[in-house]
Amino acid sequence: MRRFSSFRDFDWMLLTMVLLTSVISVLEIRSATLQTKFHGFGEKQIGFLLVGIALMFLISFIDYHALVDIAPWAYGIGLLSLVAVAVVGTKVMGARRWISLGGGVHFQPSEWVKLILILAIARYFWGLAGRPLTWMDIAKAFAMVGVPMLLVLKQPDLGTALTYFPVLVAGLFLGGIRPRQVAILTLAFAVLAGGAWMSGKRLKPYQMARLTSFVNPDNDPRGSGYQIRQSLIAVGSGGLWGKGTNQGTQTQGDFLPIPYTDFIFAAFCEEHGFVGGMGILLLYFLILTRLIQNAQQASDMPGAFIVMGVVAVILFQIVVNIGMVVGLLPVTGIPLPLMSYGGSSILFTFLALGIVMNIRMRRFVN
Amino acid sequence: MSTAPHPEWHLARDEKVSAAKLHAIQYLVVILLAVLAAGMWRLQILGADGYRVLADANRIRKLPVLAPRGKIFDREGRILVDNYPSVSCFLLREQAKDLQADIPLIARGLDLPVEQIQTSIRRYASSPKYEWIPLKQDITQDEQAFIEAHRNELPELETQDDQRRLYPRDGFAAHLIGYVGEVSEEDLNSSKFAFYEPGDVVGKSGVEETYDAILRGTDGSRDVIVNSHGKEVRPLGQQLAIPGHDLRLTVDLDLQRVAEQAMEGKNGALVAMDPHTGEILAMVSRPTFDPNQFAVRLTKSYWSQIVNDPNHPLMNKTIQAQYAPGSTFKIIMSLAGLEESVAQDMHVMCNGGATFYGHFFACDHHHGMVDIDHAIPWSCDTYYYTLAERLGIDTIAKYATEVGLSQKTGIDLPDEATGIMPSTAWKMKTQHDKWYAGETISVGIGQGPVTATPIQLARALSGIASGGVLKRPHVVFPDELPTDMASAIAATYPGSGDRTVPITPDNWETITDGMAQTMLPGGFDTGAAVRLEGIDFAGKTGTAQLVNHSIGGNNLLTGNARANAWFVGMAPRRNPDIVVAVLVEHGGWGATASAPLAAQVINAFVTKQRKSEGNLLQVAAPKPQQPKPVPAAPVSTGTGE
Repeated sequence: MRRFSSFRDFDWMLLTMVLLTSVISVLEIRSATLQTKFHGFGEKQIGFLLVGIALMFLISFIDYHALVDIAPWAYGIGLLSLVAVAVVGTKVMGARRWISLGGGVHFQPSEWVKLILILAIARYFWGLAGRPLTWMDIAKAFAMVGVPMLLVLKQPDLGTALTYFPVLVAGLFLGGIRPRQVAILTLAFAVLAGGAWMSGKRLKPYQMARLTSFVNPDNDPRGSGYQIRQSLIAVGSGGLWGKGTNQGTQTQGDFLPIPYTDFIFAAFCEEHGFVGGMGILLLYFLILTRLIQNAQQASDMPGAFIVMGVVAVILFQIVVNIGMVVGLLPVTGIPLPLMSYGGSSILFTFLALGIVMNIRMRRFVN
Repeated sequence: MSTAPHPEWHLARDEKVSAAKLHAIQYLVVILLAVLAAGMWRLQILGADGYRVLADANRIRKLPVLAPRGKIFDREGRILVDNYPSVSCFLLREQAKDLQADIPLIARGLDLPVEQIQTSIRRYASSPKYEWIPLKQDITQDEQAFIEAHRNELPELETQDDQRRLYPRDGFAAHLIGYVGEVSEEDLNSSKFAFYEPGDVVGKSGVEETYDAILRGTDGSRDVIVNSHGKEVRPLGQQLAIPGHDLRLTVDLDLQRVAEQAMEGKNGALVAMDPHTGEILAMVSRPTFDPNQFAVRLTKSYWSQIVNDPNHPLMNKTIQAQYAPGSTFKIIMSLAGLEESVAQDMHVMCNGGATFYGHFFACDHHHGMVDIDHAIPWSCDTYYYTLAERLGIDTIAKYATEVGLSQKTGIDLPDEATGIMPSTAWKMKTQHDKWYAGETISVGIGQGPVTATPIQLARALSGIASGGVLKRPHVVFPDELPTDMASAIAATYPGSGDRTVPITPDNWETITDGMAQTMLPGGFDTGAAVRLEGIDFAGKTGTAQLVNHSIGGNNLLTGNARANAWFVGMAPRRNPDIVVAVLVEHGGWGATASAPLAAQVINAFVTKQRKSEGNLLQVAAPKPQQPKPVPAAPVSTGTGE
């Protein structure tokens, strides 16, 4: 009943833009780690990319409906893996986020739970079949996203936990939440947030400092404001054209914190200026636009839901990461998709793209 | 995947996501990315210049390159003060992993008490973390090796090369040269130190202080690129340090050596000067101190030892000790008496003293009939009591002031004392009381309120011997200084300066012959014991009693009440080439305690002078004067004054 999917239907344009971004990413990681003991991360990133691309092609051959079918099981396994992290996870810098697979390979379940959530939410709202959402429907959706979110928050990994939220928002929006329900939910959130603020016990002081220091980083230039201050200096001093590859003083002098992961966009903007930074934004715009196009062309609702879930996560991460780098948002520790160094993030992105490819290849079905 | 039947599968198959919603998300993407672009515009276009400055401030560190201080030489170019390379250790709190835990190890490695390190850290508690805390100066090679070996465990230790002062040992010429130290916080607030920064090393006394501006040079700097850990990545540029100028002193090392040896073990001062120019040839103050102890961190024990020493080792007594001049003042009295035409025809009968205003004033001998020709070599108190009474205090003060008493000489050394020359005006001003004629009597023999410093007496007496030509004493050749510096020095160290006091030639001859006769055998001549064969040696002794009731007479007392021994000697008698003033505190008789010391210096000077002229037989002085006939000695023998 389904036409054989061919490579002609593969989204080569999307892949080209993704790979172009990845190449830039590798070059910037190399530059940012040139003077550090992390020298060689660029090469490692190439390895992650190759594995990611291979997995993308593999998963693009699996009918996404099958993935949607096993989504409930995957969701259960996902929750279990998060619990496992809490129990047997490896503690790195005070946070338990990793499961050691032996041989120096670590696995971060919270990243693939993100993918599972996209599938599970797609399946959930598809199951509701477009009927108007009841409060019960909304509550279930919140619970689906809220449970893994709390587990990840507990690790603690505020950044990754936050990336689950856009999946929920996209699902609710596309699933047909009504404006009145949005208003009530917003009000409820405001009250909850206010209550939490009053009790003053919800966030740890370092989290609080991180969330507020972006407003005025000069208050404590060597404390919590240090990272954001150095990031602003890096971006700003890049100017229009940047200081040139491997020439960023903030990046090369180790003033910019973790310039190969969370602050890679600051490093890139320092070395390639406003022009280079706009180039990256343009690439993201094209990638996101292309993804939305794929959602429009998806043959059915779960396909569109999945693609838009991916769009929501990627857009959210771009906004939160770059917003942090340019001082508009607090420091949350969310990597920049396709740019930041890190295997887990790459694997998520390319697996997600693989599913999108499959959805595209099946767009003419029916 | 097989077509696994699913309850809702077919139901929802035709459901599609609304295109409007997807469009809305597309718009959201555009808006959000535009906001990010605006954020970048704000930083990279609008704020670029400001952030570039901040980026440079981050990575470029200016390191001081200390300028070596100028060396100091004697008049013949022999080195007195040199520099040596030294290493200091600093603490960089920023780089410490656990500073408190490291302190015991640091204390052991640098041989410092733990409390001292903690005190240093506390002192800097309120200053920025990146500020360097000086831990120890002039560290040893072992300590350097310790720092190198613990680079990883103690990254907070940093060393810096600098140059340190190497002063002569044993306090040789210490008061003349002075010492350097870190500029104090009070100094920084004064206008004199407007261009100094905390931590700068400045001259604290002596030549080091007076000539600090030319000795110190200008520190350079080295711009280096550092990473966020403060580690130097590569150099960027540098501004060379301009070394300080070397300084040639007027002091003659040979003479200084003789003077130092002569004064060894004494308390007091010796200053030798060329009266033609005012050039200081030797300057010794005792007890002395070790300026090397000041150049590095001063130990508490050494400091308390120095400040608690009742003999004031830090005081340069040649210019700061103000004592009653005793009989050396009689030369000034003679000048006043002769110039006022009082002394020429004055004959006084000395019967071991005389009574004035109802009080008996003693003389140490029964000199018999005394005139001015004998009064000087015999140092007859009775004669000068009488002369003082005839002249009155204000006439005496006039002449004394003309030859520089009660004013600074203007020597180019810090903190010179003025001494006191009493007068009616002086007493009214200081004590709001009138001067009583009876007070004048003891001033006639250099007692009472009158005080003077060794440099003042050397200049006054040699000035009189030079026919009234007085020069400003100095330790650095003014014409070797930049002109603005020379005038600045003159302005900073005001005094009576170069001046000529008119003296009638006859009177000049009388006084100079009297001082020469002092040093020749015969009668009561007070300095005869130290006569120098073949040298036209002239001088005046002084024994200044410290306790009032013992003024005049032979009772010099003992210990701290014992009289101060003075001697001002010169050669030749007229237009002398050298004058030497010696003060031995509580030394007793000037003739026995002080005169021999001056004689050693003058002998060394004349010997060297003759050697350099290549003729040991030639007498440096003009034809020696025939000693005047001496009347028969009445009673006592031996020297006294």
